[in-house]
Amino acid sequence: MSVHQPAEDTQPEGAQIEEEARGAAFRHGPDGGLLNLGEAVRDAAVAAAIAFILAGPFIGLYTAIAGGRLTMTSRPWGIAILVGVVFVGRLAINLLWRPVGPTIRERIGALFAARPSGALAGRGVAILSAVAIAAAVLLPFTPFGTREILDQGIKILIFTMIGWGLNVVVGLAGLLDLGYIAFFAFGAYSFALLNAYFDLGFWTCLPLAGLISAFAGILLGFPVLRLRGDYLAVVTLAFGEIIHLVLQNWDEFTGGPQGLRGIPAPTLFGIPFARGEGGFADRFGLEYTPVQRIIFLYYVILLLALITSAVTMRLRKLPIGQAWEAMREDEIACRSLGINTTMTKLTAFGIGAMFAGFAGAFFATRQGFISPESFISQDSFMFVAFVVLGGLGSQVGVVLAVAFITIITDLQQLQLYRMLIVGLSMVLIMVWRPRGLITTRRPTVRLPLPRPSTSPARA
Amino acid sequence: MSALLEVEGVETFYGKIQALRGVDLTVERGEIVALIGSNGAGKSTLMMTICGNPPARTGRIRFDGIDITRMRTHDIMRLSISQAPEGRRIFPRMTVLENLQVGAASIGYQHFDEDRDRMFALFPILARRQSQRGGTLSGGEQQMLAIARALMSRPRLLMLDEPSLGLAPLIVRQIFEALGALNKEGLTIFLVEQNAYHALKLAHRAYVMVNGRIAMSGAGRELLAREDVRSAYLHAGR
Repeated sequence: MSVHQPAEDTQPEGAQIEEEARGAAFRHGPDGGLLNLGEAVRDAAVAAAIAFILAGPFIGLYTAIAGGRLTMTSRPWGIAILVGVVFVGRLAINLLWRPVGPTIRERIGALFAARPSGALAGRGVAILSAVAIAAAVLLPFTPFGTREILDQGIKILIFTMIGWGLNVVVGLAGLLDLGYIAFFAFGAYSFALLNAYFDLGFWTCLPLAGLISAFAGILLGFPVLRLRGDYLAVVTLAFGEIIHLVLQNWDEFTGGPQGLRGIPAPTLFGIPFARGEGGFADRFGLEYTPVQRIIFLYYVILLLALITSAVTMRLRKLPIGQAWEAMREDEIACRSLGINTTMTKLTAFGIGAMFAGFAGAFFATRQGFISPESFISQDSFMFVAFVVLGGLGSQVGVVLAVAFITIITDLQQLQLYRMLIVGLSMVLIMVWRPRGLITTRRPTVRLPLPRPSTSPARA
Repeated sequence: MSALLEVEGVETFYGKIQALRGVDLTVERGEIVALIGSNGAGKSTLMMTICGNPPARTGRIRFDGIDITRMRTHDIMRLSISQAPEGRRIFPRMTVLENLQVGAASIGYQHFDEDRDRMFALFPILARRQSQRGGTLSGGEQQMLAIARALMSRPRLLMLDEPSLGLAPLIVRQIFEALGALNKEGLTIFLVEQNAYHALKLAHRAYVMVNGRIAMSGAGRELLAREDVRSAYLHAGR
């Protein structure tokens, strides 16, 4: 009797007994009884919906050859019968059988609730990234490895690398940098000019371009040390404009609006990707195709991007990365804990700029031609959008945002409307997910403790 | 041997406004010293000036015999002084454990495991919250975290700015008990408080600040017994 809810106490004696009998017969009790009718129907509906999603494309659609062309036809009755069978079957099981396990909804719920929130999301993100990296590595050898798709892939990877680099500055250190394009330009022009004046190759210039950009980043860091938020954004924006104007107007040195051409492509340990004797195809006894050069470029940028990501993730766990994040959270608290915020800011600017420099050098070698028009402030805003839409500090989020924006921007079918769609989707993402697509932040330290509440923690 | 912290004739200005008008104050090793006073008396300014932000315009501040008057904040904090700042200022999006880790940044992580366990023993609730984000903690838990984070750098002097601000009396008592226990282990504590009752009960010595000057000083319980102190600083209860 004591198990009754207070509401049931107001009912007459007979109703109570009835309620008890019904409970024994239908309730899905703690020891796993039968479901009541409403729950059984709902469970069956969920099962039917899952059947529809899983089997829909396989049974509902089929292809046929009609008039020498492949056409797709739908089979609505087939899928209706299938879903109906699943629904009735599940309902019968729920009502007549004694369900041993939990309902489907409970199972789906358990998938997400069993672990502390974030742990599963973290694992999901880890699996997603592993699959994505494997797919990216294998892409050139699949039927999708066409020239167009690889070109698109290279573009996405360049932007991804920039996004990851900017993530250090904006996402981790919390310094809103609207002039990031300047460091990209520094990298590109460093390589192009070193090549033009000293005839150095890509692999020699790559580290130099990174160093020069990092130096430029630190140089920008000094005047803005005391600025934060809006004020910092304005100054960095101006910095980006200044660099653009210098490149545009310093004709004798940078070539002005004509830009620099004839930037050489990278070589594989000195082997060029060219037709004829001594080229890659010739050395390895392959038939020459221009795609080989594209594939090589693709792997170079993939490697550079992955290095960027790996270095960033490693830095996050080191004291310097911890200081970046702590500074993003509260600068005064940082100083009260003995963290030198000057050094912390300069390293964030420097390392972020270095990655942009690498990406810039690669951009120059891939294009073979650079001009100030490639480095306008509008692209800076796009870079910030990658980081903010992806989720501040999230590596995977940046990739998703970059892929999404780049693909939409390049879809020729959308013609005039594509920028409209990009803008609209940005607004929508910010409305629905105001902190970006991926908001889980993986802690940098975690203790292997199942239940730390009873005793003082041990490592 | 000189006192651990010596403040001599310190004057601090915010622009043209003078906030401290010649403050003298000492904290001996092993003491708990409280600084009480009403809103705007300059208590927090004194604490900030000791930390070098804003620096004193005149006067001298020495820690363990070293002149720190003109040193930069983070360098002062590396001299085994630690501060739990006003308003707690924990890192809201980082976990409790990460907050503690940043607290140890200035001395390196070689004692991290040991110190972390000490903090979890001092404030057991933090052990239960260790993988939660700092911003999700309650006010009292955040204050405990701020104190624990400050202690992770193994300071000789712990400075606290209004640790009881906005907390329930039960939590305040818990925090002050913890401070008493830390002091018994040899930690020197300098405490700025509006909550005069708890602060004076805990402190060995106390200073009362009025309009940027030290108006009174003496043993904590002595001040607590004085009628003028009671009427000026205890009327708001605790």
